[in-house]
Amino acid sequence: MSPSPLVQDLVIAGVKIAVVVGALLGLFSLMTWIERRTLAFMQYRLGPNRTGPLGILQPIADGIKLFFKEEVMPAAANKWTFLAAPVVAVATALLAVAVLPYGPPFTLPAWGLLPEWLRGRTLQIQIATIDVGLLFIFAITALGVYGIVLAGWSANNKYALLGGLRSSAQMFSYELALGLSWVGVIMLAGSFQISDIVNAQAGGFWRWNAFLQLPAFLVYFVAATAEVARIPFDLPEGETELVAGFHTEYSSMRFALLQMAEYINMITVAVLAANLFLGGWHSGIPGMPETLAGFPLGFVWWGLKVSIFLFVFIWLRGTLPRFRYDQLMHLGWKVLIPVAAVWILITAAGVALLPGLFPVASR
Amino acid sequence: MDAILFYVFAAIAVASAVVVIGQRNPMYSAFALIVTLCSVSVIFAVLGSPFIAALQVIVYAGAIMVLFLFVLMLLSVKREEDTPGRGGRTLRGVALALVTLLVLQAGAVLLRHGTEPAPQFDASTRKMAQILFSAHFLYVFEATSILILAALVGAVVLAKKEL
Repeated sequence: MSPSPLVQDLVIAGVKIAVVVGALLGLFSLMTWIERRTLAFMQYRLGPNRTGPLGILQPIADGIKLFFKEEVMPAAANKWTFLAAPVVAVATALLAVAVLPYGPPFTLPAWGLLPEWLRGRTLQIQIATIDVGLLFIFAITALGVYGIVLAGWSANNKYALLGGLRSSAQMFSYELALGLSWVGVIMLAGSFQISDIVNAQAGGFWRWNAFLQLPAFLVYFVAATAEVARIPFDLPEGETELVAGFHTEYSSMRFALLQMAEYINMITVAVLAANLFLGGWHSGIPGMPETLAGFPLGFVWWGLKVSIFLFVFIWLRGTLPRFRYDQLMHLGWKVLIPVAAVWILITAAGVALLPGLFPVASR
Repeated sequence: MDAILFYVFAAIAVASAVVVIGQRNPMYSAFALIVTLCSVSVIFAVLGSPFIAALQVIVYAGAIMVLFLFVLMLLSVKREEDTPGRGGRTLRGVALALVTLLVLQAGAVLLRHGTEPAPQFDASTRKMAQILFSAHFLYVFEATSILILAALVGAVVLAKKEL
């Protein structure tokens, strides 16, 4: 006897949430180690290599350390907002991942372990499939600013306040460029849904938006780097001027939460980049088989593309110096936004007049 | 299910709206306003227009309220002091709110034909775009954008004494 469809959907949704959130938290701690090791190698150092084989248990050690540290709150801090700010940051970071597709749709095999009603069912690792997927992400990133604003303001510390103001000004400015860079992609796919946008790029690598929408891709990449405040845009944390920016006064687990929100946002923009511009789970090689021995190869392509983006973020950090604040604002408002806006006009004209160069997905 | 969601979020919206005007600390008022805007967005989503719901959050909660908070943070506004004559103004405000409520309610009753429920309306993204960019609303839409542009230029001129 199989349970009612509502129960089935609830079970599937619950498993998906557990898988995605679990994987993200695992990836977050792994990323901290990968980042430190990679940076160390780029700078002729070894990095953390003492805890466990190659130092891979370092994140666990860090976690334990942060967990047992005393939590300090400034006496003049605004208590509730101070406590709530990291929660807001993590909640918005985790909300945005709900509408992202992670890999291709796959059909469950008829394993004996699976209950009857799950066998042969086609699923996609995506928690919520909503029509306005991209807009939802945009809305949630817009709300993500509040975590930082609140953290900076509530500590009642000059450096934290200035850091919070800078961060929010930066996120606010680059969000616009980020959103504008998606418009051409949306026009070509004819849908706000990310899986539709991925499928619009099927058929070969020349259909990838990274090539069809090269200016939008470049704008997206720069804006996304700034949006997640990575070097060269990590002004909010410019330690020589602002101590540690908006999280100056945070310690212990709340500091870890803010850190986690940053890494999850970084993973989100990497996943978005792979899905929107690099064809997601499509290999891009014509004639490539979809599955190998029953395993959908799409996961491999998708994982590879996301990893490349994550690596590039670390690579940039090991390579580039930091922007000055006025340069940052100049780049955002006077370069990226005009480029993105003009490119929207070009794409719109191209969709209408040159369908060969701007192929719209057939729906 | 929809009805439950509607009532829950309508209650949150109204309650936080009351906090917006009742709170003496402007920062808390701003936070409460953000909660109101987000709950209104959920109501839009329940009514079947995720597009408007997303826009509501992006434009109001994401852009306008961030600017509000910016100004409040930069000026470091203190708690509002009690001013004389506050009681009378509160009374006048409540009266005005009641009159507005009555007018809106009367309008809703007058405009409704008979007792049948409101017709299902299509509020999908495609439909929205067709309505906004058709001949019917196009001029209004463009006029609004020119108005906003004019306001923008005006703000720059006012803020920058020397260009």
